Amino acid sequence: MVVAIAVIRLRDLFAVVMLFGIYSLLSAALFVALAAPDVAFTEAVVGAGISTVLMLATLAMTSRHERRPAHKPWLPLAVVTVTGAFLVYGTLDIPSFGAPDNPVHTHVAPRYLEESGEEIGVPNVVTSVLSSYRGFDTFGETVVVFTAGMGVLVLLGRGRRRRGEEEGEKRDSQGEKEGAA
Amino acid sequence: MMQHHQILRVVTKFNLPLIMLFGLYVQFHGDFGPGGGFQAGVIIAAAFVLYALVFGLDHAREVAPEGALKIFSALGVLIYGGTGVLNMLLGGNFLDYNTLSPAHPAHGQHYGILAIEFGVGMTVSSTLTLIFFVLSGRKERGGDD
Amino acid sequence: MDVLGHYNYWIVIFLMMAGLYTVISRGNLVKKIAGLNIFQTSVFIMFISFGYISGSAPPILEDGVTLYSNPLPHVLILTAIVVGVATTALGLALVVRIREAYGTIEEEEIHSQDRDF
Repeated sequence: MVVAIAVIRLRDLFAVVMLFGIYSLLSAALFVALAAPDVAFTEAVVGAGISTVLMLATLAMTSRHERRPAHKPWLPLAVVTVTGAFLVYGTLDIPSFGAPDNPVHTHVAPRYLEESGEEIGVPNVVTSVLSSYRGFDTFGETVVVFTAGMGVLVLLGRGRRRRGEEEGEKRDSQGEKEGAA
Repeated sequence: MMQHHQILRVVTKFNLPLIMLFGLYVQFHGDFGPGGGFQAGVIIAAAFVLYALVFGLDHAREVAPEGALKIFSALGVLIYGGTGVLNMLLGGNFLDYNTLSPAHPAHGQHYGILAIEFGVGMTVSSTLTLIFFVLSGRKERGGDD
Repeated sequence: MDVLGHYNYWIVIFLMMAGLYTVISRGNLVKKIAGLNIFQTSVFIMFISFGYISGSAPPILEDGVTLYSNPLPHVLILTAIVVGVATTALGLALVVRIREAYGTIEEEEIHSQDRDF
């Protein structure tokens, strides 16, 4: 949480990205503590590895420092506080943390836990639910990843044709980048 | 990028096969321990990204050309969908792995899971590597004009 | 009713609001994406904490273990993380394109350039 606040406060975007990696690693540790090794695994590799590198690559192309915000922060802060207060009020009706009679645990999950051993024959229930019971979902997610990759490719891949008219502007930004570095 | 950092280069060379091997272990051992296609894909993509960071983007492009990555990411989705279609051809529902081995439904499930996890891993790793190449290659191409 | 039993949701709400505040109040597009990512992680933590039962083991079947945490949220979040990084990459690509077209990634300056046209 402290790291999250620091991420918001800092205006040096390079430090923000580094702190963001630390934040991801901490939440991965939290997932291990909550008995979710699969998720922790993914979060550690993705958060601390890939997304940090991607953000750095973006920063290398854009500027490193954030400008001081022009507006006073009071209006967003008020909106956020009120929304947060309502949400905290809402949590009072949710069953407490770690309670075994939480409605989440009483519907399909026991069936997965009890019968997947015989039906699928794979000890890791997360894998069997992921690939077998919810195969459609996972297919969709795979297609989403694929589509996002294609989207990045469309946006950045072969964008050389319209370069000519932006030439002057680009040179300015190049100079700015040199100044910032 | 970092051609003159001898220690980084040697350590990376030593670590890369281990990272790849660990990725494959996570891929195919996902049924028994934590792991699976998504994690393995991300780990292997991280190996490529590390290689590109230390040895430079051009060397990394030689190892994994962008065209091949595009083909692999599409091929992964095809493996996944193709497994489902194969199940339909064998008389079951889409993604109903029991049909892969009628005598032992559990074995069929096992084969099916392996196949689709392989497809997922392929798509995720090649797509993420591709995204990294494109995002960071933009800068180098922008620099020379 | 024990009020303190909900502390995990309060952490989640705090993180969520921190992310929302970043998205609303900061003009820098990269900072906005970082805020969105914080928001996203808070949702991940919420789902995983739903799935946790006090003293439960990870959902990998073993002899002699009876209490497992709920595998369903794990599955959902597992895929959500990977999809999240892919969509973040898409957002960053958009930021790069905006930078090339406008020469800035500050929202205010983009708006003022739009008005000038």
